[in-house]
Amino acid sequence: MRYAGGVVVIWAALSSAAQADEKALQIGDAARGAEVFQVCAQCHQVGDGASHGTGPHLNGIFDRKVAQFDDFDYSQGILRARRDGMVWDLEHLEAYLTNPKTLVSGTNMEFAGLSDPKDRGDVLAYLRGFSANPQNIPEAAPTALKQDVELPPEVLAMVGDPEYGEYLSTECTTCHQLDGDYDGIPVITGWLEEDFVLAMHAYKQKIRPHPVMQMMAGRLADDEIAALAAYFGALE
Amino acid sequence: MKFNRRSFIGTGIVAAATLHAPIVLGAGKPRVVVIGGGAGGATAARYIAKDSDGAIDVTLVEPTRSYYTCFFSNLYIGGFRDLKSIVHSYGKLASEYGINVVHDWAVGIDRSARTVTLAGGAVLPYDRLILSPGIDFIDGAVPGWDVTQQNKMPHAYKAGSQTELLKAQIEAMPEGGVFAMVAPPNPFRCPPGPYERISMVAHLLTQINPTAKILVADPKEKFSKQALFEEGWQKHYAGMIERLGPDFGGGNVTVNPDAMTITIDGTEEKVDVCNVIPAQKAGRICEMAGITEGNWAPVHAHTMQSRLDENIYVLGDASNQGDMPKSGFSANSQAKVAAMAVRGALTGSKVFPAKYSNTCWSLIATDDGVKVGAAYEATDEKIASVSSFVSQTGEDAAMRQQTYEESIGWYAGITADIFG
Ligand SMILES: Cc1cc2nc3c(=O)[nH]c(=O)nc-3n(C[C@H](O)[C@H](O)[C@H](O)COP(=O)(O)OP(=O)(O)OC[C@H]3O[C@@H](n4cnc5c(N)ncnc54)[C@H](O)[C@@H]3O)c2cc1C
Ligand code: HEC
Ligand code: HEC
Repeated sequence: MRYAGGVVVIWAALSSAAQADEKALQIGDAARGAEVFQVCAQCHQVGDGASHGTGPHLNGIFDRKVAQFDDFDYSQGILRARRDGMVWDLEHLEAYLTNPKTLVSGTNMEFAGLSDPKDRGDVLAYLRGFSANPQNIPEAAPTALKQDVELPPEVLAMVGDPEYGEYLSTECTTCHQLDGDYDGIPVITGWLEEDFVLAMHAYKQKIRPHPVMQMMAGRLADDEIAALAAYFGALE
Repeated sequence: MKFNRRSFIGTGIVAAATLHAPIVLGAGKPRVVVIGGGAGGATAARYIAKDSDGAIDVTLVEPTRSYYTCFFSNLYIGGFRDLKSIVHSYGKLASEYGINVVHDWAVGIDRSARTVTLAGGAVLPYDRLILSPGIDFIDGAVPGWDVTQQNKMPHAYKAGSQTELLKAQIEAMPEGGVFAMVAPPNPFRCPPGPYERISMVAHLLTQINPTAKILVADPKEKFSKQALFEEGWQKHYAGMIERLGPDFGGGNVTVNPDAMTITIDGTEEKVDVCNVIPAQKAGRICEMAGITEGNWAPVHAHTMQSRLDENIYVLGDASNQGDMPKSGFSANSQAKVAAMAVRGALTGSKVFPAKYSNTCWSLIATDDGVKVGAAYEATDEKIASVSSFVSQTGEDAAMRQQTYEESIGWYAGITADIFG
């Protein structure tokens, strides 16, 4: 698989045992976050008088439904997530900033993501200060950051059995068309394998909203997701 | 290795008698006959032909040249689809996949000789037989009604001319007239089907005959997606729909097609249209093959093989498999498992553990779609549900619209998966 850095950061399932021991971390250092925000600032404004630029302004982003501004021209992908009912809570912001495509394939946010969890925590702490009602955010959620998990290299190196991928794919083709036609269900052929794997894990972890895909991905093992990514990735 | 003598007769195929051992390729290719070119049968035929690269000879027996999908036929009644958009032909299965499509009825199955006899007289030998004949109605299920009355009181539970007729009758209803439905008892094809139909009839009547009434006599206490449908009926069609459950005699119904009356719990009512959806059983050919127990054909969950004959697989509505609803999605899902098992048995190709799933969308009103679904696994006893979901009441309009749009995507996807 084509993992440039060799390591892809995803997040632990809420229930993972390792996490129970983990001590709650502060969401981050807002002052340092203001500096991190400089990478966002080329596209986003925040604070008094902020308006839309390449990206929408980020005032009041916490606990708001995604893609809420009617006067901003969002991508189809993020509008779909909005209709699915996705909300910008800490968990989703965290996933989006890690790698925007994890959460929204085809997002217009042309940004590779912040790979360092500290950067993410800090910038989110900074943005939280511009949330309309920061005091309404339940204390538990923003103060405890979930531990990131690095997929073990052997999982990443996993080469999907194409024959198995083809068999597994038959469950998908009831809805997703192999010839890449779009009639209301997204096209999943010809993707970069990494994007595909991230999207499937995001459904599996129930970070991406959508009951059908959460169910479909929920029962796929890592090697099965790899096999599917390889199979669909190779189709034009 | 022991050879079954019978398989030599007429076929020239040398078949291994041991179950699951690959057929020894001798004088000819192994033969699979599929009866029924619907959601289950056409999918199975296509997958076997596609994945065996010509190593298996596939014959599909289906009397009609045009298959009207029951799925989305309610949307035709509601005016959301035209009839053309729900009809499919078998051209691609023949030309692109090399399937021998025979337009005829199967009228007999000789399990020991392993042959299928067609109404036209042809006798087809098989190594494996796949049955996906859908449903038939149980005689006498609704006193006063039998299939000879289906033009007066249509069932429209096999799509095509029946669906067209039902819609025409609704359009011809007098102002303020009554549309009645006799809903079926469990288990039946497409659990949300009757209720999606009620929604679509209501949608149509709201536009052309807003003072008309809808009366549903239902022998069931509860039905699929009930909270969602009832919420939608209240919201979009308030005051139009009355459903009488078993407590109000909904299970005690007779009809008189000549007089156009329906009698519920002793009270006779004159109606303008009467949609009778009788109790159901496996397509008759299953009974003729002697592979039914009760009304349905029991199968093994791992392969969809008949519990009564290992050379026969039964798919879709006709099968009794466990927890999956009788839906086109289920039939398609089961067909892929069976296709893999059949190829494994005949050519020794790899067989992976069975996975099944189902999602049923229903349209309640314009852009108001809902869905229910589940994933399943095979156990020794049955196909067992492992997880499920259902749309929630009170969802916002954007989500409902998206759900409807997904169902359109699904229709395009599944029909491509079935017919190529
Ligand atoms: C109103 C309505 C709405 C529905 N909506 C949905 C939906 O939204 N989603 C969904 O998943 N499902 C839906 N369904 C259910 C779906 O249509 C069926 O579950 C599905 O068609 C079952 O597939 P099958 O292969 O078992 O049978 P069928 O698709 O009925 O195919 C059986 C075929 O066998 C042929 N046949 C029968 N006997 C013989 C014989 N002796 N010889 C040769 N051929 C024979 C018939 O001509 C027929 O073409 C709906 C059904 C109805 C009635
Ligand atoms: C190259 C431009 C660019 C950069 C850099 C960028 N973004 Fe974005 N961002 C966008 C665009 C464009 C969108 C709209 C996404 C869409 O339509 O899919 C967006 C959307 C968002 C949203 C969702 C907004 C909503 O209304 O739902 C958030 C939150 C966000 N960005 C945060 C950030 C943060 C934090 C950073 C820095 C770490 C960042 N972005 C960096 C362009 C950018
Ligand atoms: C019952 C229909 C259905 C089945 C079966 C199904 N999907 Fe999906 N899939 C959807 C829908 C609907 C969406 C859009 C979900 C959303 O809004 O997030 C989707 C989204 C996706 C996405 C993200 C697409 C994007 O653009 O963000 C991927 C990847 C995906 N599916 C892969 C699969 C795979 C792999 C399988 C088989 C294991 C599968 N799907 C089976 C309906 C289905």
